[in-house]
Amino acid sequence: MDLSSKTPKAPEKQEQDENNGATEMERRTFLKLGLAITGVFAGGTLLSAVSVVDKVFASRQEFADQYPYKPHYSMIIRQDNCIDCERCVQACAKTNHVPEYGYRTRILEQEHPESTDRTREFIPVLCNHCNNPACVRACPTKATYKNKENGIVMVDKDKCIGCKTCMSACPFNGRYYNEETKSVDKCNFCFDTRLSQGETSTACASACPAKVRIFGDLSDPQSEVYKRVHDVEKSVWVQRPETGVKPNVFYTKG
Amino acid sequence: MTESVSTETAEAPFLTARWGALQAIRNRAYGLTVFILSVLVIAGVAAGVHAKMVGSLEAYGASREIPWGILISTYVFFVVTSTGLCLVSSIGHVFGVEALMPIAKRSVFLAVATIVAGFFVIFFEIENPFRMAIYNVISPNLTSNIWWMGTLYGAYMVFMAVEFLLLVKGKYRIATIIGFLGVIAGVAAHSNLGAVFGMLDGREFWYGPFMPIYFITSAMMSGTAAIVLFTWLAYKVNGKKIEPATARALEVTTKVGILLIAVILFFTTWKFIIGFAGGESKIMALESLLTGPYAFNFWVLEVGVGMVLPLILYLQSKGKNLSLMALASAMMMFGIFFMRYDLVVVGQVVPLQHELSVNEYPGLLSYTPSVHEILIVLGGIAMVGLVFLIGEKAFGGHVAEAHEGGEH
Repeated sequence: MDLSSKTPKAPEKQEQDENNGATEMERRTFLKLGLAITGVFAGGTLLSAVSVVDKVFASRQEFADQYPYKPHYSMIIRQDNCIDCERCVQACAKTNHVPEYGYRTRILEQEHPESTDRTREFIPVLCNHCNNPACVRACPTKATYKNKENGIVMVDKDKCIGCKTCMSACPFNGRYYNEETKSVDKCNFCFDTRLSQGETSTACASACPAKVRIFGDLSDPQSEVYKRVHDVEKSVWVQRPETGVKPNVFYTKG
Repeated sequence: MTESVSTETAEAPFLTARWGALQAIRNRAYGLTVFILSVLVIAGVAAGVHAKMVGSLEAYGASREIPWGILISTYVFFVVTSTGLCLVSSIGHVFGVEALMPIAKRSVFLAVATIVAGFFVIFFEIENPFRMAIYNVISPNLTSNIWWMGTLYGAYMVFMAVEFLLLVKGKYRIATIIGFLGVIAGVAAHSNLGAVFGMLDGREFWYGPFMPIYFITSAMMSGTAAIVLFTWLAYKVNGKKIEPATARALEVTTKVGILLIAVILFFTTWKFIIGFAGGESKIMALESLLTGPYAFNFWVLEVGVGMVLPLILYLQSKGKNLSLMALASAMMMFGIFFMRYDLVVVGQVVPLQHELSVNEYPGLLSYTPSVHEILIVLGGIAMVGLVFLIGEKAFGGHVAEAHEGGEH
């Protein structure tokens, strides 16, 4: 797995650079400039695309060495497109047998009364499938673990002792205790219910009528999720970056 | 507090009759207390088993947002007390400070009793305790503080139990070695328990190196209170006059207690001052203690009943006035119970998504212990009382012999 992910990596990188007509060095300089610009315009409150990319992908090769997932499942959420129709939440519950009292994903509502444009915004949230997951470190029995092939943070139901340390550790409230399965439950990007059955996307992303959730392979420069995460003209951010967990769920607008 | 009771057999027939009557009352009170405590333990077990049957979602007040409630805080309370009993008493029976020798046996016994009560409570908190027994062994995660804490406390309990048996048998030299291992395991386990909270970087109120340090120090503070209170109680139960050596040991323990209360007050002060220089979530949590919904718990129970008043009473007692010292110690233990509760609950009341300012999380979250949870907690407390009372009878008041005695 390690080899297969590394060998195609170098040519891909080169190809990408050629496509852009820029060297890695030039690209990084450009990104830094972008950081300065977005920093100014956002008053420092937004995390620019640059800072996320720099944090998650120290450089692409270094990143590939450290997180050699292939495919590297990831999601980018176009936050301003969300209309809170909740179809994603329903599709998730149906597909993954999520009980009434729990959720794997939900939509939060933010109000901006002082805004000159729209005054409400909706923020879909789910497990961030972090590269440095706090829940995985905290679990005493390795019941929750990061899948070595695809980077999905999974739960082995049979090993879960129900101490709920992972629930306390998760900075995103991504987990709940499922009374039916006697285990902590969380989003697994529909791995058991869809991805392993040959589907290419999650239930929530497929159900979304506004194409808010874009699911894909972050290790594939041709994928939409890759392109959007690396689009320096757009602001891209993650939630609670200060915790250092390096989320794989990104947010953007437009 | 010394009443007119004497352990000497009175010679005058009148005194003998009076002694007999007092003894009968004492026996009846003992029997009644044992009965009440047994009922509480049974009620706790019943509540716990029922909770397992209907599920924690229905039976417990803990939730997705506040997964750790009073069962976790009570577990922390018990293991803090146990570790404290072990550490403070080890000054005598492990590290050879003669003055503290007389309290050794009872302290070690109570350290075992309180850790067992801790395991009793956590058994009902953990959703699948039987899986824990299996997967803690065959699938250990060495980066997990919970794993280390559980494993080390398991070892600690064994060391302490073995040490107690060796003390009873008078094998002091081996007891000292096992006691030393108990101290090591206890310190490692307890600092890991602090780290269970301190290493959660998503929870600002807990995160940082403060927790393990604070846990060890406050364990010793709890330990002094438990030693003074239970030793005093034991002499009441056994109807004996306290021996000068034991009184001296309690005097020293009280002095250690005074120091430790001062240290915890110092730690607490700086925790707040430094916290207010931190992020918004941390400040919200601190404010909930200072002026918010946990202000009564904090100012009255934690600071007042748990530390400041006991400190004054300890100082006033000069280590000699046993009733005053026992009162102060009882107040401390009561206050410390809420100290643990606040520590656990307040760490979770600020919503994780607070800084997103979303409508779903407008302010602080709330947690109220359920009847099931409270019954289990009372069951655990009653268990300590019960084991203590039975221990006093079974081991004849944990009488201290000269340590040299068993080493020939």
